[in-house]
Amino acid sequence: MSESTSRPESEGTPHPTRGDTSQSHLADIATTDAALELPPEQSGFGEGVIGEVLLDIEGLSKSFGSVHANRDITLNVRRGEIVALLGENGAGKSTLVNQIFGLITPDRGTVSVKGDSTPIKDPRDAIRRGVGMVHQHFQLVPVMTVAENMVLGHESTRAGVVLDLDSARRMVRELSEKHGLAVDPDAEVDDLPVGTQQRVEILKALSRRVDLLILDEPTAVLTPQETDELLGVMRELANSGTSIVFITHKLREVLAVADRVYVLRQGEVVGEVATKETDATGLATMMVGREVVLSIDKEPATPGEPVLEIEDLHVRDDRGLAAVDGFSLTVNAGEIVGVAGVEGNGQRELVEALAGMRKVVSGRMRLGDLDLTTANPYQTHHAGLGHVPEDREKHGIVGSYSIADNLVLNEFDQAPYAKSGVRQFDAVRENAERLREEFDIRSSGVFQTAGSLSGGNKQKVVVAREMAFKPKLLMAAQPTRGVDVGSIEFIHRRIVEARDEGAGVLLVSAELDEILSLSDRIAVVHGGTVVAEMRVEDADRTEIGRLMAGDH
Amino acid sequence: MSDTRTEEAPPPSDGGPREPEAPKDRAGLLAYLIGHQSGVVIVVALVIALLIGAALIRYQGVNPWYAYEVLLRGALVNDGALTRTLQKTAPLVLTGLAVVLPLRVGLFNIGAQGQLQLGAIFGAWVAYVAGGAGFLGAVLGMLVGIVFGSVVGLLVGVLKAYRGVHEVISTIMLNYIVAGVTFWLVVGPLQGESSRTSGIPQTESIPEAARLDTVAGVPVGFAVAVVLAAVCWWVLGRTTFGFRFNTVGANKEAARYAGVPINRVVVLSMLAGAGLAGLAGALEALGTLHRFEPAIVGSLGFDGITIALLARANPLATIPAAFLVGILRTGAAGLQFQTGIAPEIVDLLLALILLMVSIPVLGKWLFRSRADKQSVATTSWGN
Repeated sequence: MSESTSRPESEGTPHPTRGDTSQSHLADIATTDAALELPPEQSGFGEGVIGEVLLDIEGLSKSFGSVHANRDITLNVRRGEIVALLGENGAGKSTLVNQIFGLITPDRGTVSVKGDSTPIKDPRDAIRRGVGMVHQHFQLVPVMTVAENMVLGHESTRAGVVLDLDSARRMVRELSEKHGLAVDPDAEVDDLPVGTQQRVEILKALSRRVDLLILDEPTAVLTPQETDELLGVMRELANSGTSIVFITHKLREVLAVADRVYVLRQGEVVGEVATKETDATGLATMMVGREVVLSIDKEPATPGEPVLEIEDLHVRDDRGLAAVDGFSLTVNAGEIVGVAGVEGNGQRELVEALAGMRKVVSGRMRLGDLDLTTANPYQTHHAGLGHVPEDREKHGIVGSYSIADNLVLNEFDQAPYAKSGVRQFDAVRENAERLREEFDIRSSGVFQTAGSLSGGNKQKVVVAREMAFKPKLLMAAQPTRGVDVGSIEFIHRRIVEARDEGAGVLLVSAELDEILSLSDRIAVVHGGTVVAEMRVEDADRTEIGRLMAGDH
Repeated sequence: MSDTRTEEAPPPSDGGPREPEAPKDRAGLLAYLIGHQSGVVIVVALVIALLIGAALIRYQGVNPWYAYEVLLRGALVNDGALTRTLQKTAPLVLTGLAVVLPLRVGLFNIGAQGQLQLGAIFGAWVAYVAGGAGFLGAVLGMLVGIVFGSVVGLLVGVLKAYRGVHEVISTIMLNYIVAGVTFWLVVGPLQGESSRTSGIPQTESIPEAARLDTVAGVPVGFAVAVVLAAVCWWVLGRTTFGFRFNTVGANKEAARYAGVPINRVVVLSMLAGAGLAGLAGALEALGTLHRFEPAIVGSLGFDGITIALLARANPLATIPAAFLVGILRTGAAGLQFQTGIAPEIVDLLLALILLMVSIPVLGKWLFRSRADKQSVATTSWGN
């Protein structure tokens, strides 16, 4: 592909005209306006030579009990091709790739790699055949160096006992040079940012001479910059002949880097399309089987009294460095204020400080009558602060608890859920059944463990809980991260509803699209402070991108 | 209104089958193991332990089935045997609970031994001093046992919550400290008159009236222990207090987010657990030995760990688990007398049981499915 500028701009959105990005890749995507663009219909990267069929899957089926995780899947990947597996949570994407990597044995069907269709016994067998996989949760030893991690499990030694780390270092350097993945072999993995840790994982896979690299939701843990770098790396790898299969929820990534997309729904392939021939709306429609409203219909806000006032707030991060640095912001009742910014600019610390989970160094925060600077989470909650935490697995839910118990996680000691210290299970269950219905939490019942739900449904549990007590301020941090498209739309609508019912909403998100489509007012943060505030009508994508990047 | 629904009221979240998932949001490996050991695994562990024991008995030239029969007779059938076994079971239920309560919060209490010892010596001494008050003296002795056990637990809890001292370290250390202190007390200030001349480290014998007797063959101490196990079960499963315990144990970060005062819960769990261990010591002193001597602890404290694991941290299940241990311990005496097998075979059996229930591989092997294979394999990527 080359000249792709004939595509008409999508109606209404004020796009800056995209430069001719067709021949460039990493350098281009890293510049802010390209990075923050809505997905172009065609890849902004160069394209390698696509060769023979490397992976061929025929009629693959796998059931867990009565659930068909994969049903009659047929798919192929050619050499040098990037194939995206797109689908909602629970569509069967992970099951599919786990079968390619030998982690799960198929019930029926064949997986053939380079023409060899004997069943793949286990990951070791898969690696031997040239299949590598990078899991969403990295399999690295944090206290070891990059080089040590690389050779872990097949270390070379000198005189049979002494670990030969020099050759390991050399290997890291060679590989990182060859693939343009800069990594310091002597850095301890623990000290590396997530994006770099992922590079180590990729290098580790590459060191096993893979022809096919599987990436399971590789961007879920990355910042936007890291994501863009990764997409560039993927393109490079494909250009040099490695095939890539990657799982994602994000349409932008698919359109930016993939050659072809397989869309999965309820365990079946419902569509296969070349990215050249589709766009975001088309893909989203295939995913959920209906038109998705990518922009939210909402009335203009009718802001009331201030509910949250933050003045000159200073908060430190876990390393003791200033993270929130002179932050001031007011949120009024009945409006959504979006905090836009590249992750790591103090948003997490801000949210934790507001929730009472992190000590404040100095400054003022008031929620109604409560001084939040000294409040604990119990007090902030009971003062009317609903908090959808950024890390729902860590903070938002107790995985081993039932949905019902999770829905009263911070109200369990209040009437009607408890009387004189005795829990009232009838009330807990009734509450759960009501919210399950209202928030469309897909589960077998309210006593199913929350840990067994899909990401989107877990998030619905959290959102339901934090909205059910009618908070004065709803604080939502990355509310739709790792959530399927259907749930995103649902959660967005709920957030707008909370606003319409008079709550102030503080939305912290790394997804600019989310900020732009939900907010009434936008505060752009950089370096722990608000660098610009604007009404959404006056917001300009390029301008925000520039501000987020620290150019102000 | 407690209609028929109460029957199907949601079980406390800790009950029921759990999803096999990574232990990332669990407090510790131990809690993880317990959560994932199914009842079947426990039974299999018992059977395997008894079979290995049988082989060892056989090796000593004794028919293992005869040996087990003797053991069971000595513990259950012979005259007064059942009462003796229940007497033995009572403190075991409590030391089991002493491990279970902190475990629910994610703490591993290795110190039941020491907590019990301190509770025993002061319980025995107070019951002796207040012996004139009859049964009231016994009650006082038990309460003092609880208090002194709790003091040890409080120390551990505070160190853990506010100083980050690992409870395994502090409880083990305190076991030695308490052992030293009680020995000093029992050869010094609290040594009984009669034993002073002979030099035997013992306190004065508790007067008859202040001892814990049996009522209709059931030791009072056993009744107390059973009631307390039931209370613990109810509190953990049905109250907001228990919900806080469980939440801290299941996901500490989520507990913090939900506004649970974690430090207070940590201290309380150690306080309550250690108090029960202290009571176990008092029961043993008041009900069995009728005085304190250093040997009183035996292995009561450490048996508590086995019991808690067998009971899968369920307070009610500590009763049968403790009863099992009680049977083995009581039956052991007659075993040596009738078959010549050293009673240490019982220690060996218990050690085997503990080993078996602690091996997660056993569970994986038994319930291996495709899904399990995935969770096993993903932890050893590429190797």
